[in-house]
Amino acid sequence: MKREFLKSCAVVAAIAISPYGVSADEFDEADLKEWNDAFMSVVEKGRAAFTDPTLGGSKNGVVCAQCHPNGANTHPETYPKFQQQIGRVITLQEMANWCIQNPLEGTPLKVDDPQMTALITYMTFERRGVALDPGKH
Amino acid sequence: MVKTLVDRRGFLKATTGAFIGTTLPLTNVRLAFAGEREDFTFAYISDSHIQHIKGNKFVRNWDRGLIRAVAECNMLEPKPDFVFYGGDIAQLAKPEEIDHGLELLSALRYDTHYVMGEHDYYLDLGEYWSKLLGDQWYSFDHKGVHFVVLNSILTDHDWTYNRWKDGEERMSVMAGLDDPRGSPFMVGEEQRKWLAKDLKKVDKKKPVVVLSHSPLQKIFKNWNFWTDDAEEVQALLHKFDKVSVLYGHVHQIQYNQIGNISFYSAMATAWPWPYPETYAQAPSHLPELTVPMNRADPFFERDATGWQFIDVWSGRSNVTYRLPENSERTVAYNKEKGHPEDTEYAARNIPPQNHY
Ligand code: HEC
Ligand SMILES: [Fe+2]
Ligand SMILES: [Fe+2]
Repeated sequence: MKREFLKSCAVVAAIAISPYGVSADEFDEADLKEWNDAFMSVVEKGRAAFTDPTLGGSKNGVVCAQCHPNGANTHPETYPKFQQQIGRVITLQEMANWCIQNPLEGTPLKVDDPQMTALITYMTFERRGVALDPGKH
Repeated sequence: MVKTLVDRRGFLKATTGAFIGTTLPLTNVRLAFAGEREDFTFAYISDSHIQHIKGNKFVRNWDRGLIRAVAECNMLEPKPDFVFYGGDIAQLAKPEEIDHGLELLSALRYDTHYVMGEHDYYLDLGEYWSKLLGDQWYSFDHKGVHFVVLNSILTDHDWTYNRWKDGEERMSVMAGLDDPRGSPFMVGEEQRKWLAKDLKKVDKKKPVVVLSHSPLQKIFKNWNFWTDDAEEVQALLHKFDKVSVLYGHVHQIQYNQIGNISFYSAMATAWPWPYPETYAQAPSHLPELTVPMNRADPFFERDATGWQFIDVWSGRSNVTYRLPENSERTVAYNKEKGHPEDTEYAARNIPPQNHY
């Protein structure tokens, strides 16, 4: 399913940019490996951010992994969800920022900061296989 | 998640509000077993993880946890006979951290016995800790009960001596609960020999209480909720009628029964840990008996932390867990069933306790 969808996207893209018309831009094992390596390198960066005492300019030495070993209890599959203490529906990025500001006593990251992308990638990767359940408490 | 959790768990809440409001002296009901032996209680504080920042600065959150536990403990009525500290005073075993932790603990109005945690040990292999606190394993008798303290956080020789450029690196690796470069805890042969010898002179009818930092049972290897030679240590305890093992390290409520041995964990004063089953990528073995504690509310930094006191009645242990702004939980030995049981929540998976 997913592959088929990706393929048709590739075809559309190929039509749009190829001077030769419809010669579809297939991807092979080498491409898959490259993309997966790129993904895993961001997982690694997320793991590093999880154990980085300077994340968000934190100065108290506390790190995410201290309370969330293997990213446990971050429940990425339940976001976005209503967070009553904050009073609205928030994303995983906002909750990560909340933890950066509180236990880490740091300053929030921009949602498109590469460190934030890495945090989200790591938490989600450690939770792979668990069904999406947005809004769950 | 979070607020709904708080609401759903409203029924567990006894007192809300300021610190003072939650520290009314509590009355600890003791069961009297006339003539059999004197009942007594002791308090049990663990896992404060005092963390040095620099100069005179320490992580405020962890300081507050220990200060609160000490203050509440001092208000216990009736007075406990003594306090056990279950290990992990420090975060990185720095002398500053051990000193500051002991300074905060010095406010306790009772004698205190100490257990070694990995966060106290792997910088200098326990040298500073021992200089201040003495032996890393020892035993004593109190009112007819034999107490044994073990250092259960040792590991193999090669990992300890040959793998790291210095003590700091070794400590930082062991301090990462989920760091794959870590190594399984063990009591080790030297101590097991000592234990066998120590127990030889103890009558099998005498109740035995063992304190270790890691669980002397195998729950989850990835996070060292584990002692590699647990079965060998358990075997040394088999001859006794009544054995309780009390352990820290796991930062959450756990209890279990294996043969004649009742196991009870301590909460941390610093921060709670997820239950192992919440990690979706590896199998774990939380004891079936354990009713997990509520999921923690990160918006209240003391939530799911706490300390406990133990009522040693007739040689069995009843453990009362004191949680800030939540009613306490008591896990007591059930004589008919022959295992520890939460006196209120006997079944697993009560909604607010669901961990996923
Ligand atoms: C002092 C301990 C502590 C530290 C340090 C900490 N957190 Fe948390 N965090 C918690 C607790 C406790 C919860 C609530 C867990 C639960 O829902 O069971 C939580 C919840 C979360 C959640 C939401 C989980 C949910 O179910 O809604 C996310 C996301 C999160 N933390 C990310 C982070 C990140 C990223 C960091 C590092 C910047 C971090 N945390 C550091 C204690 C901590
Ligand atoms: Fe600990
Ligand atoms: Fe520990």
